Amino acid sequence: MNRNNFDSVIIGAGSVGTPLAMSLAAKGVSVLCIDSAPSAGQGNNKCAIGGARATHSEPAKVALGLRSLEVFRTWKEMYGDEISWYQGGYTYVAYDEETMNLFRGNVPLQQKAGLNIRLIDAGEMENLVPGINPEGLLGGTWSPFDGSASPMQSCYAFGRRAEELGAEFVFNETVTGLGIDGNRVVSVTTDRDTYACGAVVNCAGSFAVEAGRMAGIELPVFPESHEAGVTEPVERLFDPMVVDIRKAPGSANYYFYQHDTGQIVFCITPDPPIPGTDIDERSEFLPLVAARMIDLYPRLANLKVRRTWRGIYPMTLDGAPILDRCGPDNYYVAVGMCGQGFMLGPGIGEVMARFLTDEVNETDKLVLNELRLNRQFTSVEALK
Amino acid sequence: MSSGEKRITRHPVLEESGIRKVEFTFNGKAAIGIKGEAASSALFAMGIHVFGHHHADNSAQGMFCANGQCSQCTLLIDGVPRKSCIVPLEAGMQIESLEGLPQLRDLPGPDVPEPRMIDTDVLILGGGPSGMAAAIELGKKGIDTIIVDDKDSLGGKLVLQTHKFFGSVADCHAGTRGIHIASLLAGEISELKSVDIWSDSIVLGVFSDKTVGIRCPNGYRIVKPEYLLIATGAREKSLPFPGCTLPGAYGAGAFQTLVNRDLVRCSERIFVVGGGNVGLIAAYHALQAGMTVVGLAEAMPQCGGYKVHADKIKRLGVPIFTRHTVLAAHGRSQVEAVTIAEVDDSFTPLPGTEKSWEVDTVLVAVGLNPVDEFFRKASKFGINTLMAGDAEEIAEASAAMFSGKIRGLQIARELGAEDISIPSDLHEKADVLKSPGGKLFPYHPPEIREGVFPVLHCMQEIPCNPCMTCCPKDLIGTSGHPIMGLPEFHGDCSGCEKCVAVCPGLAVTLVDFRKSSESPLVTVPFELGEWLLEQGSEITVTGWEGSVLGKAVIAGWKKAAGFPYTILLKLETPADIACRVAGVVIQEPENIIPLEEPLDVPLRDDAIVCRCERVSAGTIREHIRSGIRDLNHLKAITRAGFGACGGKTCATLIERICREEGIPAGEVTAFTDRPLFAETELGWFSGVNNEQE
Repeated sequence: MNRNNFDSVIIGAGSVGTPLAMSLAAKGVSVLCIDSAPSAGQGNNKCAIGGARATHSEPAKVALGLRSLEVFRTWKEMYGDEISWYQGGYTYVAYDEETMNLFRGNVPLQQKAGLNIRLIDAGEMENLVPGINPEGLLGGTWSPFDGSASPMQSCYAFGRRAEELGAEFVFNETVTGLGIDGNRVVSVTTDRDTYACGAVVNCAGSFAVEAGRMAGIELPVFPESHEAGVTEPVERLFDPMVVDIRKAPGSANYYFYQHDTGQIVFCITPDPPIPGTDIDERSEFLPLVAARMIDLYPRLANLKVRRTWRGIYPMTLDGAPILDRCGPDNYYVAVGMCGQGFMLGPGIGEVMARFLTDEVNETDKLVLNELRLNRQFTSVEALK
Repeated sequence: MSSGEKRITRHPVLEESGIRKVEFTFNGKAAIGIKGEAASSALFAMGIHVFGHHHADNSAQGMFCANGQCSQCTLLIDGVPRKSCIVPLEAGMQIESLEGLPQLRDLPGPDVPEPRMIDTDVLILGGGPSGMAAAIELGKKGIDTIIVDDKDSLGGKLVLQTHKFFGSVADCHAGTRGIHIASLLAGEISELKSVDIWSDSIVLGVFSDKTVGIRCPNGYRIVKPEYLLIATGAREKSLPFPGCTLPGAYGAGAFQTLVNRDLVRCSERIFVVGGGNVGLIAAYHALQAGMTVVGLAEAMPQCGGYKVHADKIKRLGVPIFTRHTVLAAHGRSQVEAVTIAEVDDSFTPLPGTEKSWEVDTVLVAVGLNPVDEFFRKASKFGINTLMAGDAEEIAEASAAMFSGKIRGLQIARELGAEDISIPSDLHEKADVLKSPGGKLFPYHPPEIREGVFPVLHCMQEIPCNPCMTCCPKDLIGTSGHPIMGLPEFHGDCSGCEKCVAVCPGLAVTLVDFRKSSESPLVTVPFELGEWLLEQGSEITVTGWEGSVLGKAVIAGWKKAAGFPYTILLKLETPADIACRVAGVVIQEPENIIPLEEPLDVPLRDDAIVCRCERVSAGTIREHIRSGIRDLNHLKAITRAGFGACGGKTCATLIERICREEGIPAGEVTAFTDRPLFAETELGWFSGVNNEQE
């Protein structure tokens, strides 16, 4: 085989591109995955805090989430790599009737979709998250099968597995253009080389729009930044990811959990959103998030923050990814992850691999239909 | 109960002042310490060096940086895990060792108000010699300046320096001890109305909104400066060798903090690794504190520090092993012994050359790296930023004072202060003061046997001129560069002894044949404490590089006028050696003999490289050999660099392993720098006062 000729070329070795490379390679497809960073997962994968859930509100993401959870849960057993999976569940907390009512409306639908989620009252919440501020606590939701893993370890494990299966990766190379012949992409050009290809998949994360323009399409993906941090490790305090979706001045939701290693990892959504791909640290983040977290979980006041960072959420108008084939006949997109590339990546990798090899099943069809590019983008997800 | 036995109760230079004893408990047992001292030092004074055990591998944890950076000294203090080296001891504190991961208990958080935004003309990060020098220039022009330092008083590392400084008398207080320079400069700053001193304040990050986040005792502050001066100094490099993370193995800075700031007797017997100025001076400080220095190893054929520093400790009886490296620190839960070996030209240890000593401390002083991460961030974010001192270029404190002065003037000019002229010779002098030791000249002591005259045992060009400045008859000069040139004596000496007293290298003696031509009196400067001397007794005397010349009789001594901590020791010396006597032996050779058989040395790859996450050199090497070149990737796999110190220690060690593996530096991607500079409790940022809840 010519080293510069691949069945599929994936743009981006991140949360989605890496597991996709693995899934394609498992099917015997020759794959090249290109990334401008020096190694896999160095873009926004490592900015993800590591939460993984299936308890979404739309069927496609539920399906993708369920399959991804299965991959995380079974990975160590199947392949031996430590990815720090911890099945601590997710809990959404309610301190006001409006939020509680939202949960009351959602949970039956989620249960109907086969998800393990239920409403819990304040007492149960206090047992689940010992130390949570009880004042005004009404309860919330509880989904015990969700959990967390290390995005970095996972991406490394997926990349290594992909290589074992024959996928190739090139790093420190930036895709600069596509060679298009009629309705087909025939090559991918980088700042160093040109690769002939049978198909191209845009998994470029926050640079999805630019990678789309190379194929002549305008993808409705709008990067914005969120901020995250990690603390020193302490003995286990509580199991679940704790999500507070109330708005406060300067921020929408925020959430935190205790990683497998004992560290609290946290993230906050600025409000109004900060558009763009700038990830340089800003001074307002820590005061904003610290006040909210300590209000919800007072003993965090004595926990030391170790490191903070900004990551990019490539948003779509409805909060769901775009999985499709568009523009040239052999140009695919798996973009607009809205900050959920890590938790949905393994599932998306498998669906996209079947899509590229014309092996889609019934569920895939539903997923691909719901997440197609030319949808209405109107059904805003209730639980982003 | 005593406040610990392990204190330095007499020191030739330092004095305890106004101490107040307080009671506290350690692991439930009553103890006594000194109010306000670092909690870690209170434990050291009790002889406790193991502060807990690591959650990953149960390895013993203790002091490492003594500077609030590394978190190795974390203890549970009143139930909260805190870096004990920066927690002042208070009466009634309940201190517990940290075994494994701490529990986060339900306790009130930091009692601080909400974060505040503050504007200023100039913000200086670092209150060491360069930052203070800059603040003085800015303050003289009345420019609003905030100078921030993480310690409780200004001075930086000057406050740890009990030795007299090199440099030039006119420009940077040469001949004065570092600790005294610190108070001189701090006093000057306190008179300047436009300069605000923020002590006990640690910089946590430089942000892209052109602000600097600072944790001050009274809350978190976000400062927006017109100009930022990075005077953050340096951090010590480390070495990966088996046992390098045992309590008792640490950097010279930590050692000087324990000994010279806190007057804690942290060691009895030490071995020093590294013959730069820092290692040589640390060895000297250990001797001043009454400790035994069994040896010093330097990998190069010559010590990198000034020759006078090396000679000074050799004369006192410290063997210096050039072309040697440390192989291991041995011990179960703290350092009990050290093994070194000779190295070949490629620094590979030569089998069969191993030597081991029983020691309780291994000091690693293998060089400094600039703390320049704030500068990189500030430049990237478009803040008007300059650097000064070690942050810009590693050099002596005298050079740092100079560069700070220049930067202060530059910023004042940029901010539009009138009448600013930066004298044209400032830069030139600054460059001179940055000079490492220069050319060596042959040593030819005089062979005179009459009269009185000084002997200058100083044969290396270094930036130093106090002897030339102090002679009342102006008899010491140089034919070379006014600061760098070798001093020469010509003329009719009055025997005033000023040159003996002032020399920072203790490299001037006075030989006096006027009373006796058989047993002339040789005056030797001595700084280790008069309690070591006995009038009328014999003492071993050495030549300039420490070779034993014979015996002399101690005729007496006196405190040098104007230099109260320098003793002028009078020796009745045989005439044939009088001109060559440069010092006296304090460490008897029989106390520093190596073990008969060297100890077994663990594999080199067992050395811990990332001390926070306990990642070994072998693990790192294995991944580098598998092709990994991105340290961030390596971090994801091994956790090296994930820990409390933020990769400050392991980053350079991993880069070193990459070099050992023959990887070109250009192929290696460094860790991504992100805040926080030092771990800080979330409560500092929230301004929530939990005590009211």
